[in-house]
Order: sequence, then structure tokens, then C-alpha cells
Amino acid sequence: MIPAPFTYKRAASVDEALDLAAQAGEEGKFLAGGHSLMPLMKLRLAVPETLVDIGRLTELSYVREDDGQIAVGALTTHGELARSDVLRRELPLLAHAAGQVGDPQVRHCGTIGGSLAHADPAADLPAVALALGATLRARGQSGSRDIAADDFFLGLFETALQPGELLTEIRIPKPSSAGWSFQKFTKRGIDWAIVGVAVQGANVALVNMGATPIRAGAVESALASGAAPREAAAHAAEGTNPADDLNGPRAYREHLARVLVRRALEESSARG
Amino acid sequence: MKVTVSVNGNQLAAEVADRTLLVHFLRDVVGLTATNVGCDTSSCGACTVLLDGRSVKSCTVLAAQADGREVTTVEGLSGDSDELHPVQRAFRAEHGLQCGFCTPGMVMASVSLLAENPAPTEGEVRTALEGNLCRCTGYHNIVRAVLAAASEGRKS
Amino acid sequence: MSILGTRVVRTEDPLLLTSGGTYVDDLRVPELAQAARVTFVRSPVAHAAITGIDVSAAWDAPGVVAVLTAADMDDLPPPPPDSGLTGTEGAPLPLGGTWSEPLLATDRVRFVGEPVAVVITDDRYQGEDAAELVSVDYDPLPAVVGFDGALAGESLLFPAAGSNVACATGAPAGSTAFDGCDVVVEREIVNQRLAPVPLEGRATAARWADGKLTVWVSTQNAQIARFILAGALGLDPANIRVIAPDVGGGFGAKIGVDRDALIVAWAAKHTGRALRWAETRSENMLGMTHGRAQRQVVKIGGTRDGRILAYRLEIVQDTGAFPRMGGFLPFLTSLMAAGAYDIGHVETAYQVVVTNATPISAYRGAGRPEATAAIERAVDLFATEIGMDPADVRRINLVPTDRFPFTSPSGPTYDTGAYVEALDKVLAGAGYEELRAEQARRRERGDVQQLGIGIASYVEITAADADGGETARLVVHDDGTATVYTGSSAHGQGHHTAWAMLVEAELGIEMSKVTVIHGDTDVIPAGIGTYASRSLQLGGVAVQKAAVEVKEQARKVAADMLEASEDDLELDVDRGVWQVRGDPASSRTWAQVAAHAGDAGLAADVNYTEGKPTFPFGTHLAVTEVDTETGKARLIRHVTVDDAGTVLSPVLAEGQRHGGIAQGVAQALLEEMVYDADGNPITGTLVDYAIVTAAELPSFELLSSETPATINPLGAKGIGEAGTIGATPATQNSVIDAVSHLGVRHIDMPLTPARVWAAISVAAEKGIAR
Repeated sequence: MIPAPFTYKRAASVDEALDLAAQAGEEGKFLAGGHSLMPLMKLRLAVPETLVDIGRLTELSYVREDDGQIAVGALTTHGELARSDVLRRELPLLAHAAGQVGDPQVRHCGTIGGSLAHADPAADLPAVALALGATLRARGQSGSRDIAADDFFLGLFETALQPGELLTEIRIPKPSSAGWSFQKFTKRGIDWAIVGVAVQGANVALVNMGATPIRAGAVESALASGAAPREAAAHAAEGTNPADDLNGPRAYREHLARVLVRRALEESSARG
Repeated sequence: MKVTVSVNGNQLAAEVADRTLLVHFLRDVVGLTATNVGCDTSSCGACTVLLDGRSVKSCTVLAAQADGREVTTVEGLSGDSDELHPVQRAFRAEHGLQCGFCTPGMVMASVSLLAENPAPTEGEVRTALEGNLCRCTGYHNIVRAVLAAASEGRKS
Repeated sequence: MSILGTRVVRTEDPLLLTSGGTYVDDLRVPELAQAARVTFVRSPVAHAAITGIDVSAAWDAPGVVAVLTAADMDDLPPPPPDSGLTGTEGAPLPLGGTWSEPLLATDRVRFVGEPVAVVITDDRYQGEDAAELVSVDYDPLPAVVGFDGALAGESLLFPAAGSNVACATGAPAGSTAFDGCDVVVEREIVNQRLAPVPLEGRATAARWADGKLTVWVSTQNAQIARFILAGALGLDPANIRVIAPDVGGGFGAKIGVDRDALIVAWAAKHTGRALRWAETRSENMLGMTHGRAQRQVVKIGGTRDGRILAYRLEIVQDTGAFPRMGGFLPFLTSLMAAGAYDIGHVETAYQVVVTNATPISAYRGAGRPEATAAIERAVDLFATEIGMDPADVRRINLVPTDRFPFTSPSGPTYDTGAYVEALDKVLAGAGYEELRAEQARRRERGDVQQLGIGIASYVEITAADADGGETARLVVHDDGTATVYTGSSAHGQGHHTAWAMLVEAELGIEMSKVTVIHGDTDVIPAGIGTYASRSLQLGGVAVQKAAVEVKEQARKVAADMLEASEDDLELDVDRGVWQVRGDPASSRTWAQVAAHAGDAGLAADVNYTEGKPTFPFGTHLAVTEVDTETGKARLIRHVTVDDAGTVLSPVLAEGQRHGGIAQGVAQALLEEMVYDADGNPITGTLVDYAIVTAAELPSFELLSSETPATINPLGAKGIGEAGTIGATPATQNSVIDAVSHLGVRHIDMPLTPARVWAAISVAAEKGIAR
């Protein structure tokens, strides 16, 4: 229940955050909202020696329209995303999904950058980032670089971020189609998704069907060939690797993926 | 490290271990024991307080993260007044508590909910309280209490 | 007009809502000012021999005061000798002998979470750090997991016992009673292992000073706790004071004190240092006793026109690693096996087995939910088999209202009841016919969202240990206030409000002037405490009787003051004054009368029992919507009658029903303590152990029914566990009903989406749809 001892450092600027991270080296972690990291630390599943608190970097909390794209600061909380007028108008998938993360208390603290960097396969926003074709901007001491969401999630809790790199922004192109849907299947409202589906236009991404969020490539191909939602959804489990666990066997998740993809595609079609 | 937190309107400074959780800061350093610890996986919400006016689970926040900010606990809800806050009044009127252990967190979560959504439906109340577990009441009267407080809030 | 039966807000609440309750971990009393913190080292393996414990690194950690193991416990009395009671039905097993449980583990651990050592540190945070440094060598033994694993006996938890069966009793199978039945249905069902999860975990503080042990503990029974402490630590009870401060829920799992609390108390005496301990939730999920965990075989037989003739209930009770309660829980299950029905032939049998899991004890209902869940499933299976509406089958077989008192074929005599009326009231309140019509419409359309309607009729036994009685002392002070000292021990039930209502009703002393005290053995040496839904019918009646005694004492005193005869005096309850009848000007206040009573004062002590339990009853109806593509079930309505006799406080009674319903629904749909094949818990945190939240429940529809008990002046039976007992089978039956047209006959709890979908899939494969 109590984290192992660590040293707390607070960054007043992004540059300072990068310096502190570099000093802390491999045993350092960034602390944003803390609602992915702190639970792990309290159970001592994560034992960083240094925490670099970036929670005061308000300059990284914003939602802006910027030249045909929506730019979201990495430290924008889930609650802010859910309430953002810009997102509700331009990227309702993101606003809606953010509004389903955890519970209100979690949404007041947890950030989009934290969620993406933590890369829990059962988290919602990584799959949403895939469905939206997002680009993640990471800043290190040697400068910034952009990483496509498709290239960002590498494995279980593993991303393309290098040690000491900080996510600063997520850029999302304004969708060409108004159709979207988010299907999060849980036992209780507060639970992590047993399986989830994020659809934006012709993009279909899956939550918790493998070690990373995945694009449902076979579904997308079927759609591109003109298949109707039901036909396309039949391919939902192809290329996935879901777990057998407390919430059900593999075959159940594969079945859920097909059902939820179909529902998502139908809902998306109805919206545009 | 030194943290300075405004708790229920009072500035408090203390030297604490870096890893001190906000809930323990409130209970053991400031001496406000109404906020309770009910779990270790950020599931139960018994530790809910307001941080700069928004509900947070104080077991998942470091005291260091609250440095320079404002925390409100249930002890500070009625401010200087002798009167109960409308949410406290409603919980009493509707029998929205039994053993009382989840209650401080439940009340603070309700206050935050009504600040963001002053006229919630029953369904919205239930969803907004899904991060606050209660084992005694079955939530029935808690929901009635929040709806009653909302209704009273709209009248004033 | 009497305040009894009216809606009164609780007196407990202003404090709880503002400065909060004072639970053990909140105590800031001077005696604990220098208290050190206790952190337990617990076994991470389910079954192993302990071959060594190295505490040297832990001793060197910052802030460590002591690190203690079983080897340090040489100042305890030896356990009592084996009384030879092993195998006795119903009895808790003795501390000594083959099945005995140590305090800190000695040479073997038998469940994940079993305490092995304690680390005592100056502060809380140092404790977890130091505990990590205690090094224990475990030599793993094959884990005994599940009912079959235990029965097979290939690995034994207690080798000297020769088997994992701690006791066995009951009617052998093969009875001819089923021969005359048109229809016989037999099914194996599981009443799954649950964790009680009170929001406040276990917590204990203790201090040994001047030859006296003071223990503050989150308990439902301070006096029983003292008794257990005295026996375990070899102390005279007169030298132990137990205080129950505010308790954040108990649900049966905080009865008395358990081994962890005993260890803390011992350690305080052993080290001479005041100590405090409050477990984490992860510890609580494994260290606090679990509930239920029965595998049942139900066999039900009857006629094609719905008459049930015979019922057999066979139970294997998983009791976890130590058979603390012996056969007590399945004994209660067997006692209530026949439920609310008049069945000609009822037989029961049970075995209690040990497994490498957390020990089992009472959990809201304690043996009776298991009985009701079994018979209510059996009745539905029977109804489906004969193609009759489950409500009609119940109506035919429920004990008719003119048959009370009714001696049930499984043993007890039910005092009063109106079972058929309760069923019909719920059906009417729910709009049963329209619900069936809606179900039919959805079935015909082949809707994805199907409707299920589930019914459970129940009777339950409260104050099963009525012989113990309950105590009350009432004092009226010379300032006109009164104090009640009650043996009962509320942990959310609102006794302070209820007992104050009783005093006001009897004596006219306003509730705001009545203080109720409980849970301190120095002040209330004799009492039983709160469990078994006994408190109102025993503790409340005791308070009322004490008030009546005080009233008679006061009558004498007032007569003396007014120089009138006692017969001419009356107590004007509305104004709270004594006066000569018809002469308000002669009135004397309670303060004046108490002052005039002199040294004797106005005080009464009562120890009350009728020596008999009571039998509340009811019917629950659950309406669920099941998504047949995903298997997800959602409770959309829950309608109940829970008749526990005359209702003293509608507010409190409703609260008990609500809470019970929620826990009952949660068992049906969500909760289960799961262990893997090696005995490791998979549901050890609140992320995975799915207790119900507000978002999963509707508001409940509670209907009124008051069929008074006849054995006590309040007409009261117990309400605390009834909601749980009725809600679980109603909800389970409802979900199965939703998909019965697809060929599903049974689904074991919890009815998670995966399980419901699996049942639908299997039925579809077998092509059994009707």
C-alpha cells in the first residue's frame, strides 16, 4: 500500500523535466496524473528511485485547432478531453472515450500522455489514437520527433519512447468522415475493457485483444472491398492474440470482438 | 521534503517523506481523520477529497503533488458555518449512510459531481459515483440524497 | 402518538457526516500516543513447510522495534487438549487437537495470506519496507484446491487427520422417497466463495500496562472478543478491556476477534509497547475470512401438476485451511433446507473439507443464503421440467398462512408467516403478467436483449443463538437525560437511533437526551453483540424492558414526591412528565424524579431472551435484461417483500434491505474469490474482485409487509440478512429465465457475461432450444 522510498523532483519547464529525467537515468519515471504509475508503485510492482513530477507543466495542457489538425497537449486530463467543446465537435470519438476512462476522480488526474506512454493493453485511449491516425510528438534532450500511433505501441507496456523522452503533444487530423463509435465492453462500468472497439470512419482499432492496441486490419480490408458491417466484422479476431483470463477464455474475446466491431460499424454508419 | 498545502482554508506546512500519500498527510500529519483508506488499488473512493475543487482519490496522489494547492475534506465542507452543507444535509435526511466509512469520500465525490453537473439524472448520479464503493447501503439512499441535494441546489 | 414505526433520521449521522466516525485507525487517544505499527509478513504460497525464517535483515531496517515469529510465542498458554469433538455436526472445532490453528504459523503454512511473522516499526511506512526484508524458506507441498481436490485426499493439510474431511453427517443417498414422483430433477450447483469486503478492513490496537490489556478492535462483539483474548493469551478476563470504536462494516466477518488481532494483542504484551495495526485491502482479501463456498447437489421430485414431494440437499462445505466453524454453516443450511415450502420428505447431508484457501466463516446470511439459493434453484428446475410457471409452483407449495406455527420438515418451527401473500404482493407490485407478456414479445421477435424474471421465496432464521440473550442497562440521570448501555454492537445498523426511539416511546424522554453506549467491556461487561440479525428482537426488547422497569421505579418515586398513590399517577409520554392523573399542574420532570430518587437513582439492568429464534420471510423478484450476443446481464428492477415483523424504524429497516439486496445481487452477477490450481488467489484486489457499484444497480422497489412475531413485545424479527438471502436466487433465476427459451437450464454464479454466453453457446450447439 506504501510505495518504496524514492526521491521526488518537480519540473517547472519541459527542459527542466528532460534534464531531471536524464539525471535520474533508468531508475527515473515521469509523474503526470499518476493514475497509471501510482497504483503500480503502491503495490511495489514499480519501484522507480526518482519521480520527476511534470504535473505543473500547464503549457502542455490544451486542445487546439491547428491548421486542419487538432493538437492535444499531453498533459490534458481525461476529464478535460471529455468536456472539450473542440473535441466534442471535431473528434467526438476521443471526447467520448476519454469520458469512459475509469471514474470521475481518475479522469480529474489521469492524462492522455500518461495513458499513451503507459500503454496498458486494456486502456482505451491507445486504441483511440490508432483509430484516429494520431501522431505523437516526443521531446528528448536532442529535440522533438513525431511518431505515428501505428508505430508507437511496441509490446506489453512498451512504447517507442526512448528513456528520458517526454510525450508533449498528440496531433490528430480532422476526420474526413463523421462516422465514429466506441464500444467498451465491461462487467461493471468502472472496469477495464474486456474487449473494446474504436472506430473512426474506415479505421477500426481494438482494445485488449493482444499485448498492444491493434488495428483490425482484416476488417478494414473487408470494408475497403465494400463489405457490409456484419461481413466485415466477421474478420474482427483475425491477427489478434487475446488472453485467457478471469474475464473469459480466448474464444469469448474473439467472439466479443466480432460482435462489438459489428455494432461499432453499424453505429458509425448511422452517424455518417 | 517540505510541502505547504491549504487544507479546508488553512495553510499547513510540514516536512514529509517524498513518498507520503496525500491521504496519510491529511490523516496523520494534519490530523483530519474523516477521510479513510478502504483499498490499495484506487478502486474504492473512500479517500476522495477535493483538490483545487475537483474530486481526486487522495490515496493515489502524493502530498507533494498537492503542494501549493487547495484541498477540501468533508471536515471543511460547511466552512465556518454551523450548518451542514446541502449534500451533508441530504445524506442525513435520506439515510444515505450506515457504517459511515465510505461516507466522507462519497460526500466529496457527490459535491464534485454536482459542481460539474448540477441537474443530474439518476443514471448520471449512479455512473458518477461508480468510483465510490459502499457495502452497507446498496446505494439506493445515496442516490436519493444526491438527487435531493441537486434539487435543493436548484431552488436556491 | 408513539415515535415507534415513524421515520426518524439517525442520531449517529451528524458526526459521521462532519468530523467522521472514529474507527480504530482514527483513534488519537493518549494511551496510543506512542504506539508502534504492526505489519504482517504473510505466506505467499498456499501450502508449504516452513524450513527457516531469517529475520536478521529486518531487525536492522530503519525504525524497527521488533520482529517476531512463532518462536517468540513461548509466553502463551498451551492450546486446550483435543476434546474429541472432531466430526460433531454443527460444532465449531476445538482450538486444540488435530485441526488446530496456530497464531503465527509454526512449521507449515496452509493458505496464501497466512500470518508468519510480525514486524513492529515506529511508523507505518517503515513497516512495509522492513517486512520485505524478512526471509522465509518455504518448501512447497501439493496444494489442495477445490472440492474434488480436498475429497480426493492425495494431499492432506493435516496429515494426522488422515483426510481433508473435517466432519460429515446426514442422510445417506438412495432414499426411496423419490420413487413415487412423476418428475425428479437432480443438479449439482455451486454457491461460490465470497469475500465480505467491509469498507473498513480489520484493525486492532493494543496496550499492556499495569497488568491490564486494553484492546481496541473493529469487532461486532466486544465481550466475545474479550473471552477469546482471555483464552488465547491466558489472561483473566477481568484484566482485559475490549473497546469497539466505530466499526466500518462487519457482515459477520468481524465476529469476536481472529488470529491476526490475537497476534497484535499478544505482541503488545510481549513487547510492552502499545501497538496499532490496520490491514491493507490486499491483506483483507486474503486474511479476513471468506463466506459461502458450498458445492451442492439438489434433488427435487414431485407431481406433474406442481406438487413437490421430496427434496434432498447434499453439501460439500469448503471451509478453507482451518475448520474454525466446524459444521456450523452447513448445519444451518441443512436446518433451513426446506425453505418456505411444505414438502413431505426432506433430507440433507453434508461434509466439511479443508482446502489451501482462506478460512471460511460467517458472511451476511451465514449458511441460510446457501439454503435458499439451493431450494429456489431446485424449484425453478422443477418448474421448467413440468412446464409450469415458477410463481405458480411456489404458490402451490408454500406453507399456507393458516398453518403457523409450522414445523418445517428440515427441523425448525416457523413462528408466524404469510408466505403466499408475500409472493402475490410482489407479483402484483412488479406487474408480473405484463413482464411475462413483454418477455414473450421479445422472444417472438428474437430480440438481442431478452428479459428475465426471477423469483425467490424465502424464510430465514434470526437470533439462531437466542439462548445467549442480550443485555441492557438504562439509567435516567438527575438532569433529565438518560443513558442506555447495550450489549448489542452496531456497525452501521443504527442501534443508537433505534434504542433512543424505544426510550422516548416508553418514557417520553426525547431522543436527543438519550445517549447510547456499546462495545466497551469495562462499562458493559456482559453482552453478546451483533450478528445473526438478533439485535432488535433481543437487544432492543431488553432496552424496552429496562425502560419499563425504570418507569415502575419512577412511579414509586413520583408517588412519594407528589404524596399520591401510585395508582393515581400517570406518565404523560408526550410531555415526558409524571403527574397525578388529570392534574397537569402537579407534573414533575424526569430530572426532578431522578433527583428525588436519591442514591438508588433510576436504573435497571435486563438480560433478556425468549430462548427461541424467529423466522422472517419474503419474496424477491428480479427483472434482468440479458444481451444474448455478449452474455451481459443487467438488473433493471428488483421488487421485494421482506417481512421481519413489526417495523420499529422504517428508515433503518429499508437501509438493511437495500444493503442486503445489493450484496445478494452482487453474488449472483459479479463476485467470486478464485484460486488457481496452485492455490494462488487470482481475485486478490478490488480491481479483480468485483463488488457492485452504484452504476450496476437500479433503485429497489420495497413493498411493506409486517407479520408480527409473537414471542416478543416489539413483534420484531431480524431484518439484517434477509435481503441478501432473497436477492441472490431471484437474480440468478432471472438471468437463467432470460435465456431459458434458448435451452439454458442452469448457470452457476456469478453469472458473468462469459458464463452466460458459454451457457447460451452450449445450448445452441446441443440444439436444445424450445
